[in-house]
Amino acid sequence: MSNISAPAVDVQDLTKRYGDKTVVDHLSMRVEQGEVFGFLGPNGSGKTTTIRMMCGLLTPDGGSGHTLGYDILRESAAIKREVGYMTQRFGLYEDLTIRENLDFIARVYRMDRRAERIAGAIERLGLQDRAKQLAGSLSGGWKQRLALAACMLHEPRLLLLDEPTAGVDPKARRDFWEEIHKLAADGITVLVSTHYMDEAERCHRLGYIAYGRLLTLGTPAELIAASGFETWRVGGSGVNALVRELEGKAGVDMLTRFGNDLHVSGIDGAKLATAIAPFRQRTDLHWEQSAPQLEDVFIQLMSQSRDNFAGSDKRA
Amino acid sequence: MPERFSFARLYAVMLKEFIQLMRDRLTFAMMVGIPIIQLTLFGYAINGDPKHLPTVVVAHEQSPFARSIVSGLVNSGYFDVISTSARDSDADTMLAEGSVQFAVTIPADFSRRLLRGERPQLLIAADATDPSATGNAIAAVQQLANTVLRYDLTGPLAKLAPGQPPFDLVIQRRYNPDGVTSYNVVPGLMGVILTMTMIMMTALGITREVERGTMENLLATPVRPLEVMVGKILPYIVIGAVQVCVILTAARLLFNVPFVGNPALLILGVMTFISANLFVGITVSTIARSQMQAMQMTFFFFLPSILLSGFMFPFRGMPVWAQTIGEALPLTHFLRIARGVMLKGNGIVDLWPHLWPLLIFIAVVLVIGLKRFRRTLD
Repeated sequence: MSNISAPAVDVQDLTKRYGDKTVVDHLSMRVEQGEVFGFLGPNGSGKTTTIRMMCGLLTPDGGSGHTLGYDILRESAAIKREVGYMTQRFGLYEDLTIRENLDFIARVYRMDRRAERIAGAIERLGLQDRAKQLAGSLSGGWKQRLALAACMLHEPRLLLLDEPTAGVDPKARRDFWEEIHKLAADGITVLVSTHYMDEAERCHRLGYIAYGRLLTLGTPAELIAASGFETWRVGGSGVNALVRELEGKAGVDMLTRFGNDLHVSGIDGAKLATAIAPFRQRTDLHWEQSAPQLEDVFIQLMSQSRDNFAGSDKRA
Repeated sequence: MPERFSFARLYAVMLKEFIQLMRDRLTFAMMVGIPIIQLTLFGYAINGDPKHLPTVVVAHEQSPFARSIVSGLVNSGYFDVISTSARDSDADTMLAEGSVQFAVTIPADFSRRLLRGERPQLLIAADATDPSATGNAIAAVQQLANTVLRYDLTGPLAKLAPGQPPFDLVIQRRYNPDGVTSYNVVPGLMGVILTMTMIMMTALGITREVERGTMENLLATPVRPLEVMVGKILPYIVIGAVQVCVILTAARLLFNVPFVGNPALLILGVMTFISANLFVGITVSTIARSQMQAMQMTFFFFLPSILLSGFMFPFRGMPVWAQTIGEALPLTHFLRIARGVMLKGNGIVDLWPHLWPLLIFIAVVLVIGLKRFRRTLD
C-alpha cells in the first residue's frame, strides 16, 4: 500500500532484456520524496526503459521495486493514477486542440470538476486565447509546457520527465526548470532525465547510468569530489599545438576544447602534474587550475565504462 | 554554373533505394507476392465457366428414363449430383442455404407420359443469385434435352425421337429470374466496401497512435487496453452502419435490387461481419510498425477476399484449394448471408451455416489480437 513516508522511488536489481541485449542491468536506486532527481546518461543507456519500468509501463525481467510505495510489478494501475509521466516525444494529439487534449486526459483519469481543472490549467499556461488552437501548431517550447500541464492535471505526487527539454530553446528551458523547482517546493517529487549538464547542476541529486548500469549517485558536488578529478584550464595561442602533444600522455585522461581554452583533466593529480610540467613554462600558454565540471566527470565515467561493455548498442 | 547531370549520383540514389527496398521486407514480399497471387488466381482459380455444380435430384419415380437423364446431366460435366433421394422440401432448403446450385425434379408419371408422347415436364430450379454461375449449365441442359434419351428411344420407340425434345424442360431461375447481374453484385459490394474500410480504418487508427508516440502517453494513463480497443472500434461500427445504409438505399433506388428477407437478419449479419473485419484491423495494427505497413497488410488481406470470396467470380468455378482459402475469409460468408437475406429471403436456419464460420473467425482473430495488444510496451 501507499505509504506517505516511503521513498518516491525505490527499486532493486531492475533488469530488462530485449532479445540478447540487456538494456537495464541490475539497477538499484532510491529517489526521496520532494527532491529533484536528475537521471543522466548517454543515448541508449537505458534511461527511458528504467523510467517506463518505474511507472509500470514495462514489466522488468528481473528485480523488484516500489514507486510511491506501490509494487511496480503488481500495482501498476495505482502507480499510473498517482504518477505523471511525460514521454520523450510529444505524447498528446496534434490534431486535437489544447482544450480537447486536456479534456481527454481529464476524462481518462475520470476527474471530477473537469471544466474547472482544465480552465485552471489553461490559465496557468497563459493560453486562454489559444485554447482552441491545434496542439500540433504549437512551438516546441509550448508543446512541452502543454505536456507538463497535461501530466500535472491529475495532481500526481511524482513526476517522471523523460528528456523534457530536448529541442527546446534556452529561455524556455530556463522557465521549465523554474516550474520544476516550484513543483518540488510544493512537495512533488521530480525525476528528470537529461543530457544537459547545466540542467544536471540544477538537480538535488544525480544518478548516472551507462549501458544499463547505474555508475554513480549523489549530489553534483559529491560527484565532482568523488571523481578525484583535477582540471587545468589552458589558454593562449599555443593551445592547438598542445592538444597534439598531450594526447595519449600518461596522466592526461581527458582533453576538452572550450572555445579558445583547453581543459586538461586527469584522475590522478600527481600524474597529471608530471605530464604537464614540461609545458608549464611555455610563453604562449597560460595555465590555471580550475574546478572540474560535471561534464568532465561524466565523460570520464563513460569512457571508463565503455571498456567494460564494449560494442554495446542499445535503444533508449 | 548549374551542376551537370551525374550518373554517379543517379547510381547513388538508385543504390540507396534498392537497399531500403530490400530492407523493407513487407514491401518486398508484396512486390513478389502480389504478382504470384494474381497469376495463380487469374490463371487457375478464376473460371468463368464453372462446372461440377452441386445438384440435387428429386426423383418421384425410378425409371430407366430418369436414370438416363441423371447420367446425362452428370456426363455434361456441369452437374455433380449429390443426392437422388431428396424430397421436394429438402431440395428447397438446399437451394435456399446455397448448398446446391440446382434442383432437378422428375415428376411421378414421367415415364408413362413420355411413352404416351405427352411431353412431360422436367423441372430444373436454379439458384440464379449469381447469373454467371448458372448460365452455361442451363445452356448445356437445353442441349441435353434433345439428345439425352436418344439411346432409350430406339426400336419401336424411335418414332418419338426426332423433332421436338421428348419432354418439356422447365427452367426456374430462382431468386433472380431475369438474371440481373446487379442483384448479385450490389449486396456483394456492400461486403467488399465494409472489408476495405473497416480493416484499413482500425489498422491505421491504432498504428497512427504508435507512430506518433501518443500510444505511450495513453498507456501511461489508467486507461485499459480493452477500453482503448473498444473505444477505437465503436466509431467505426457507426461509420460501417452508415455505409450499409448508403449502399442499401442506392441498391433500392438506383439498381432496384429486391429485398425479400428480414432486415433484422441482415443487420445481424452486417454487425457480425463488421466485427470480424475490425478485429482483423486490430490484429494488423499489432503487427504493422507504421501506417504504411498497415496499409500494405490490409491490401494483402483485401486482394484474396475480393477474388476468392465469390464476389468477382463464381465461387463454384474455383478449384478446391481456392475454395478452401475462400471458406476461411469472412467476406465469402457475408456474401452468402447478404444475398441470402436480400434475394432469397433466408431465415436464421438457412443463414446459420454461414454465420458460425464468421463467429469462429472472430474468436480466432480476437484471441490473436488481444494477445498481441498488450498493456505494456514490451
